[in-house]
Amino acid sequence: MDSQVTATVTQEDEMRATHPPFMKHHFATLSQQRETASMGMWVFLMTEIMFFGGLFCAYLIFRNWYLPAFSAGSNALSVVFGTTMTAILILSSFTMAMAVYSAQMRRKRPLVAFMFITLILGLVFLTIKGVEWHGEYVEHHVPGMDFSIQAFVHPTNPKAVPLAPDMAEKSQLFFSLYFLMTGMHALHMIIGISVLCFLLWKATKNAYTEGHVMPIENFGLYWHFVDIIWIFLFPLLYLISRYR
Amino acid sequence: MSTILSLPDQTTAKLPRKHFLNQEYGLRSWLLTSDHKRIAILYLCSITFFFVIGGVLAGLIRLELLTPASDLLATDTYDKVFSMHGLIMIFFFLLPSVPATIGNFLIPLMIGARDVAFPKINLLSWYLFVTGGMVMLAMMVLGGVDTGWTFTVPLSTHFLNTNVVAAATGVFIAGFSTILTGLNFLVTIHRMRCPGMTWFRLPLFIWGHYATAILQILGTPVLAISLVLIILERTLNIGVFDPTKGGDPLLFQHLFWFYSHPAVYVMILPGMAVMSEVISTFSRKRVFGYTAVAFSSVAIAVFAFFVWEHHMFIMGVSQYSALVFSLLSMLVAVPSAIKVFNWSMTLYKGSITFEAPMLYAFGFIGLFTIGGMTGIMLATLGMDIHLTETYFVVAHFHFVMVGGMLMAYMAGIHFWWPKITGRMYPETMSQVAAMMTFIGFIVTFFPQFILGYLGMPRRYAAYPADFQVLNVFSTAGASVLGIGYLLPMLYLPWSLVYGKIAGDNPWQATGLEWQIQSPPLTENFIEIPIMDHEAYDYDWLANKTRHEVQTVG
Amino acid sequence: MTEKINPEYQEEIHVVKPSLYGAILIILLILTALTAGISFIDLGVFNAVIALAIACLKASLVILFFMHMHYSSRLLKMTLGAGLFAFGLLVTLTLSDYVTRAWGRW
Repeated sequence: MDSQVTATVTQEDEMRATHPPFMKHHFATLSQQRETASMGMWVFLMTEIMFFGGLFCAYLIFRNWYLPAFSAGSNALSVVFGTTMTAILILSSFTMAMAVYSAQMRRKRPLVAFMFITLILGLVFLTIKGVEWHGEYVEHHVPGMDFSIQAFVHPTNPKAVPLAPDMAEKSQLFFSLYFLMTGMHALHMIIGISVLCFLLWKATKNAYTEGHVMPIENFGLYWHFVDIIWIFLFPLLYLISRYR
Repeated sequence: MSTILSLPDQTTAKLPRKHFLNQEYGLRSWLLTSDHKRIAILYLCSITFFFVIGGVLAGLIRLELLTPASDLLATDTYDKVFSMHGLIMIFFFLLPSVPATIGNFLIPLMIGARDVAFPKINLLSWYLFVTGGMVMLAMMVLGGVDTGWTFTVPLSTHFLNTNVVAAATGVFIAGFSTILTGLNFLVTIHRMRCPGMTWFRLPLFIWGHYATAILQILGTPVLAISLVLIILERTLNIGVFDPTKGGDPLLFQHLFWFYSHPAVYVMILPGMAVMSEVISTFSRKRVFGYTAVAFSSVAIAVFAFFVWEHHMFIMGVSQYSALVFSLLSMLVAVPSAIKVFNWSMTLYKGSITFEAPMLYAFGFIGLFTIGGMTGIMLATLGMDIHLTETYFVVAHFHFVMVGGMLMAYMAGIHFWWPKITGRMYPETMSQVAAMMTFIGFIVTFFPQFILGYLGMPRRYAAYPADFQVLNVFSTAGASVLGIGYLLPMLYLPWSLVYGKIAGDNPWQATGLEWQIQSPPLTENFIEIPIMDHEAYDYDWLANKTRHEVQTVG
Repeated sequence: MTEKINPEYQEEIHVVKPSLYGAILIILLILTALTAGISFIDLGVFNAVIALAIACLKASLVILFFMHMHYSSRLLKMTLGAGLFAFGLLVTLTLSDYVTRAWGRW
């Protein structure tokens, strides 16, 4: 009787040994599963590069054509906000990388803490962006909502060069691209934050501290990518000819 | 007529007891499946549905063009008919045709895997496809779109009040289906090959789908952003395409064609992939120049990204860039030609038999070559000025897409039908259908080359009376072509019940998929195989068969 | 029997030290301040060049170390390369049209 019970336990141990509960059946080994998932996420990020790439392409063309209008528009944005948002995202990338480290070290409390901080930083970023957008609306810089070129034709800042009306009209194109690109970026942030909430909840239930680091790693890749998009958006949108 | 078909003794043959179609029952087991084979069949049903709709629209076009006046359809209705014909045929039939049905079914089988890398994402791809399709159908019911499938700006953004946003949304959703399928295939081929399956032992079918996946992944997102920009331009008037606000309509075309040119290679590469398999099997010979064909597939994928401006030669692009793109377009034809030469050399001194898949393959080689060469004519800047936006272009792309791709799809469906269903389709009927398709196709589309050369513009409901004779020929051919496509839609379902039992390997083909039962088990292989021989190794197959006979005896 | 973590679960994954993450963080923040600062100095066309160069440098650091590309297989490096190549094609070939439209003015 006893030997029978031992035999079943040993068989189950063997199965658990070669086939952890989080391993899917169509994979032969765990490392194949991990490498496959990682490659899948990287390929997805390549599609995102091409998706944003179209917007960057449009931006490059119109900046080339209408540099004065783009400079004026860029100067109307707040460098303080922009730099702060960049710093926040970089910090959140750091905390996300630390979260991956904690999962690899199988330490649940640091994992949850770092993920939570990443989440908070993401929300702070979105809040600042919301405040910024509201500011644009108040200053009549939102195309389609009472857009006005007065600030560019008759600038209040004495150092600013006033634009001719037809070039000032092109600032609407700058702001369209600004809202489009930051909006698309914000959408990706929102999706990331939603997924992060879900992962955070599962992390509190020990899902990622028993060897199954893959989802945290792959989410980290996505999060870093969203950060990289912002790293490029910041100088392109906020820092055009700031010396004027 | 001789045939290589080798069926088991029909008096005692039965379908295997357990296979992927009967291992689970019920609607939920189909709609929530993660089995790549079931997903392939879901796709097969969906794309056939859209093919019928696209075909009916084609019929309407040809009926209208019987007479010079716009009498059957009003001109803006005609505009809607050809726009929706294009949208449905391209995005909901041709793009998924071979990859999503045959590719989904076969890629794991051919590489010795149990499933694709991301089975649930595979199912998501199908749901996205169906959702996009439903949006398109709703758009059609709500009045359609008349921009042409190319959504040319500023017509689509500023001068029409048809359902452009809905159409763009439908295509956008279907585009994500394509991206996810490509992602799945790329990762599967890289990471899920069985032991011993090195890159150069893969069937060329896999190489073709690998190249397709690269295009799907890197090209489709640019289509997505161009559609988003159209929707925003139409709804919010952001001005990126509006010259009065400083925008440039050509920007849309650059973004749109950056995808849409690779898209045509997404459509044709899987067809070429099928061709390698079919031609090899029905010549009983390994594909000549395996490495050349494999590298040509990838070369087509790479060069596909270099040529998109040839769709914009008359649109106001810089003359210098037009020169560069014209030259590059010549370059992209080279790998396709290499493949045609290699298939021809495969046929040379092979033991050729003329079953239906092979008839379709012969049709492909001839018609695709003609289509391809007329593509070179269009790539030549001087000729393009004369021929662009005429029926010459229409004939060119129908030759490569219908004469090429659709015939390859039919070849693939017939070739792998016994593997998918376990049953054979009726051979004589299928050969008749293949011949009707071929003859009907030539009568339909060859006159259109002449029409285009004579100057008949495309996308016009009314035309000068001088062009009527050729148009009547074209419509007559279309009726024959229609019957040619109708017949398989009748005899293939018929064969599900009454077809002969096919057995594991009725074509005596090499390839891992032919070494397992028909239909396959859900888990594909009882034991993951170890690949120890080259692709298209007919000697290995002969040895194996001899060995089997000996052990049974 | 206690739940022993089977050594099979722990395959070889490269663990990056937190100190390296911290160093990269500091460098990235410095580069951010640098970008913002330099934009206020008039360097003509080089403003854009330097801003983009710093952005590329920051992106490279994130990719190599936060996203572990430095420790990843050649396959993943090729994947990234393919994506960047396609993006490069899109921008270069599209701009080649816009930039050459007014050449010669014929």
